[in-house]
Amino acid sequence: MDNVAFLIFRRMRAPLIVLIIIYSVSVMGLVLIPGQDAEGHLWHMDFFHAFYFFSYTATTIGFGEIPYAFTDAQRAWVTIAIYLTVVGWFYSIGTLIALLQDKTFQHSLAELRFARRIRRMREPFYLVCGYGETGSALVQAITDGNRHAVVIDQRQERVDLLQLENLREYVPALHGDARRPHHLLEAGLKHPLCAAVVALTDVNETNLKIAIAAKLMHPEVKVVCRADSHEVEANMASFGTDFIYDPFDIFGAYLAMAIATPCLTLMRDWLSGLQGEPLHDPHMPPAAGLWILCGYGRFGKAIAANLGARGLDLVLVEAAPELTGKPEGIPLILGWGTEAHTLEQAGVRRAVGLVVGTHNDANNLSIVMTARTLNPNLFIVVRENHKDNEELFRAVGADIVMHPSTIIADRIRVLLVTPLLTEFEQLVRFQDHAWSCELVSRILALVDHQVPDVWEVACDDENAHAICVMTGQGAAITLGALLRDPSDRDQTLPIIPLLLVQGEGRELLPSEDRRIGPGDRLLLCGRPQGRSRLGWSLQNVHSLNYVLTGASSPEGTLWHWLAGRINPAAGQRV
Amino acid sequence: MNPEKVVFGFFIVLALTLNFGFFVGDVDNPEHHHVWELFATLVVNAIATVLKFGDRTQLGAVLLATSLAAMLQLIAAVVVWAVAVHVAATGLTPGVTASIVSLSGGAMIANVISVVLLVIETVMLRR
Repeated sequence: MDNVAFLIFRRMRAPLIVLIIIYSVSVMGLVLIPGQDAEGHLWHMDFFHAFYFFSYTATTIGFGEIPYAFTDAQRAWVTIAIYLTVVGWFYSIGTLIALLQDKTFQHSLAELRFARRIRRMREPFYLVCGYGETGSALVQAITDGNRHAVVIDQRQERVDLLQLENLREYVPALHGDARRPHHLLEAGLKHPLCAAVVALTDVNETNLKIAIAAKLMHPEVKVVCRADSHEVEANMASFGTDFIYDPFDIFGAYLAMAIATPCLTLMRDWLSGLQGEPLHDPHMPPAAGLWILCGYGRFGKAIAANLGARGLDLVLVEAAPELTGKPEGIPLILGWGTEAHTLEQAGVRRAVGLVVGTHNDANNLSIVMTARTLNPNLFIVVRENHKDNEELFRAVGADIVMHPSTIIADRIRVLLVTPLLTEFEQLVRFQDHAWSCELVSRILALVDHQVPDVWEVACDDENAHAICVMTGQGAAITLGALLRDPSDRDQTLPIIPLLLVQGEGRELLPSEDRRIGPGDRLLLCGRPQGRSRLGWSLQNVHSLNYVLTGASSPEGTLWHWLAGRINPAAGQRV
Repeated sequence: MNPEKVVFGFFIVLALTLNFGFFVGDVDNPEHHHVWELFATLVVNAIATVLKFGDRTQLGAVLLATSLAAMLQLIAAVVVWAVAVHVAATGLTPGVTASIVSLSGGAMIANVISVVLLVIETVMLRR
């Protein structure tokens, strides 16, 4: 905080000294110059009156010549002194105003306000470093879930943009360099409520530094990093960064999985989508045949590795293999792929799939359009580098558009908002095709063409008061009973339990007769109204008692007493 | 040689010497304590205080604190003087003079501390 006060003091030194000197010289002059009293006797003004006179003259209030009319000598001196003092005041006030408009000053003021706001945070928050495309998508998702985020970005215009954004929660933002630990501390890195640090800048080095700083200064905090190169990933992993996301590897694995198990991919897409959006149709990438790969950069390498592992036939089109390196065992065609003859050479007419992954959006679009005319049945995957071109990529009609920032933002959102869903996704990878297809049809029947609400329930006293109370009284609560409608227990709520965590145990799609107790965690998906109905059973003891036993116990002392008179067994207080 | 340090040291030492000049003499004899000297002490102390603004070191903070203490004492002395001579019109009686001089004596202690700190800082700068 001291920054601001010190800055003011330091800048005000010179004007204040000038004022002191002008005042003292003026007062001294007036005391020295002889004057006359009312009877014309020689009279020397004393310090008290001289100071009084200049106090009102210098501030241009002007009461006149007191206590006696001045002599000409005094008037001559006062004329000089008036100009001196007025200039002195102007100088001081001018300096102060210039200071208030000073960029450095305003920045330290903003920093001060920011740090104070962070210190006063009373709810858990996520520290997001880097407010680019990924950062803004993530912050939007976090605040939509009524959670708090704090943002640091190096560019003032990004921070200004955040303030214009229509977010549900207030997001404090600092214009500062996240590489400097000082700024991270101001943003609440050591704050006990800091739940996670997310490093999303587009520079690997910066993300690495943020991860190191976070692990050193607040070892318990969850650190989530974006990294584009395997070296940096290994470096981050070496000191225990919790989650490292490489958009290209993630997408490569995703595409390989979409080819192998389309149902599983569809289910993951649906569950991790933004709630309320329409459900999209499944991607059905062809699992056999020739795939053409344009561009062998980071994206191309990740795709080649993942598709190669699936045993697909690949042809690579790359204009500068001396820069990107030559792949082992994959035929290489020299060229961009934007011209028809290069694509023909690669065998576009008999190919089943095309992956366009150069770092140039115009080239990517051009390749897709050329390839479509040559072979309209191609399954096309295209990389979108800049969010601004979204409309163009939608219009070009590719089957899958891969946007690195969106992928990262989606993954991190799921990780931060519903960590159990991330765990669920890890577990379902080992399930077979039939299992996931059945779950997909169940979800489809449940939610009517909209992305379902996916949420976690932790059975603790805050989130599931009723369960804790009833278990304490010895009641056995089964999952099936809990998922009945609290307004009519013959109906079941439109909810599918996805995962049950009991201590170390994990159960996918837990069965209805599973007992639920305090400390358990549930991952559920379903319609929003199901979620709000379930809230009653979780928190309200009477509702829970009703769904468990069917008895609607009387509430209030009078009804309780009456019920006890009529039927002693039913009057037992819950 | 840093000219800023020269000015800084000059004002701090001058604040002490002027203060001492006003302070010496019989404590209750107005003849021994001239109003001009009090005026000069006040002005120089004010300048010294402003010069100490905006120093972020621990020593700078203590220097500023001593100056503020001295200013408080001197302003009190000046107010007593003004009230005695102009408001209450009792004039400089021995009792009033004694309280003015003792207040300035307190300011002098603060100024002595200030100078001692300055000397310590200078000695510590030796390489």
